[in-house]
Amino acid sequence: MRVSRGEVVMNYVLLGAFALFALAPVLTILVTSVSAPLGEPAGIYPGNFVDAWTVGGFGRSLGNSVVVAAIVVGLATVLSIGSGYALGTMRFRGSTVLFYLFLLGMMIPAEATIIPLFFDLRTLGLTDTYAAIALPQVAQSIAFGTFWLRAQFRAMPVSLLEAAALDGAGPLRALRSVLVPASLPAITTMLVLVFMWTWNEFLIALIMTPSGSLRTAPLGLATFQGQYTAETALLAAAAVIIALPTVILFLFLQRHFIRGMLEGVAK
Amino acid sequence: MTTAAGSAADGSAVGGSAADVRAARGRGSEASSRRPRRAGRPSAVARSRATPFLFLLPAFAVYAAFALYPLGRAAQFSLFEWRGFGSSTFVGLDNYVDLAGDAAFRAAIGNALVLIVFYAVIPLVVGLVLAAILRRGQVRGMGFFRTVIFLPQVIALVVVAVAWRQIYSPVGPLNELLRAVGLDGLTRGWLGDPGTALASVGFIGTWVEMGLVMLLLLSGMSRIPQELFEAARLDGAGPVREFFAIILPAVRGEITVALVLTIIAALKTFDLVYMTTSGGPGNSTTVPSYEVYFRAFDLREVGSASAVAIVLTVLIFVINVGVTRIGERAS
Repeated sequence: MRVSRGEVVMNYVLLGAFALFALAPVLTILVTSVSAPLGEPAGIYPGNFVDAWTVGGFGRSLGNSVVVAAIVVGLATVLSIGSGYALGTMRFRGSTVLFYLFLLGMMIPAEATIIPLFFDLRTLGLTDTYAAIALPQVAQSIAFGTFWLRAQFRAMPVSLLEAAALDGAGPLRALRSVLVPASLPAITTMLVLVFMWTWNEFLIALIMTPSGSLRTAPLGLATFQGQYTAETALLAAAAVIIALPTVILFLFLQRHFIRGMLEGVAK
Repeated sequence: MTTAAGSAADGSAVGGSAADVRAARGRGSEASSRRPRRAGRPSAVARSRATPFLFLLPAFAVYAAFALYPLGRAAQFSLFEWRGFGSSTFVGLDNYVDLAGDAAFRAAIGNALVLIVFYAVIPLVVGLVLAAILRRGQVRGMGFFRTVIFLPQVIALVVVAVAWRQIYSPVGPLNELLRAVGLDGLTRGWLGDPGTALASVGFIGTWVEMGLVMLLLLSGMSRIPQELFEAARLDGAGPVREFFAIILPAVRGEITVALVLTIIAALKTFDLVYMTTSGGPGNSTTVPSYEVYFRAFDLREVGSASAVAIVLTVLIFVINVGVTRIGERAS
């Protein structure tokens, strides 16, 4: 179909305006992050990042975030591969009910589970632990991962498993050496999405660490904002530090992010 | 962490590795067309009936312990009056009855409805128009635009909140801009003014969700066969009729998904409110999520907090199922 020159120009203008709208707050915070801290003359201050890092103790909170993300991504992926495999390729009684139970989990808001979890884990003396921050997120991610990988494994031809059976493979070997290698793109998509959700999670980390000893990066930023409200430059620098890991991952693996969030939730 | 995708209940092929799947299918298509039924065998490689459960159990155990069981506990908590320590009193449905007359709760529900306009309705309307215009494509560098437009989705909401707090601040860029164009009368602390606080929080939601909605609709529209438009042109249809007769019906599925995702995001607004307004001034920006947190940990009314949480959960379920149903009926 022919598209007139005017229309092409209008498309660029619209997309450009839209991109500017999306970028403006990002640029604002980037510019602020190198602007003059309180009481300094105007200029460019790249040292803000170092100051924010040390003042806000971000070495520790980023470290906590890395540990939590590693637990959530690792556990959720391994467990979801198992459940997705069972629900996607095997026939057994109760499989439909179990599938819908997992599906339910994608709709349960953390707000509803985190209050009883906090009080029950407190009784057990388990709040302020990595497990308390990670396990509720593992559960949420399993709901998504099971749904996602079940669909993936279901779409694989039955002949793959039949060939594996002829080669004498058991269920575990068939999964490890046939299905998983053929599903790496879908698994990668799950990895990046779960990583992003975990890295950005706020409510669960806030409630599960009442003492603040295991503060994750977003909580570190919230605390920093509470203490240094007027230090806009340092605050912006801290915000950039927290956002950077997911943004970099997004720039390199955006295919996976966009596919997961657009097609994954569609059909 | 919203992954709400109830609408996609029975997942067909995941885009994920469609290519691999297709390649594999090509090789063994005749074998895969008939599913051999060996009685009692879960799959070709799984001989024992226990096998599926061995693979399923670890995931289900963690999921049940940290999602299903606590949800049940929340329902149980909501029937008690408890301050978070010491003894509790069974009060039946009193916590729910009290919510009906509770000013803060009613404000939270009302605010959530306003946020739905900002998170879901505005992005949908604007997204539809923009995507319909952009659909005709022929734009170089679409990859770049897609990346930039999608960016707000991947940035932590606490970071988004820090950025917008600075934009909205009395000495921030928004007020500077207004002063620069002579609209000094409009300048204010946008998040501190009871008249503008909720809309200001809502607009952050618009910023976050708009790109996702537009790209979702665009990907739906790009699948419409070109011949449909050519046929409509021959019938003398203008762009407006083309939009309502061809485009809108074709992207119904995408509209449903977009609405489910954005409405739930609006209902679950917590990080933004916690970081920008703490629900204030007064109750003007409080939302159900924030009420759950505030009641449980500041007011120490764990029963009431749980009741709000259960109401929120039911609301999310109803909207998820409802929007999906409407989407299906319309087709």
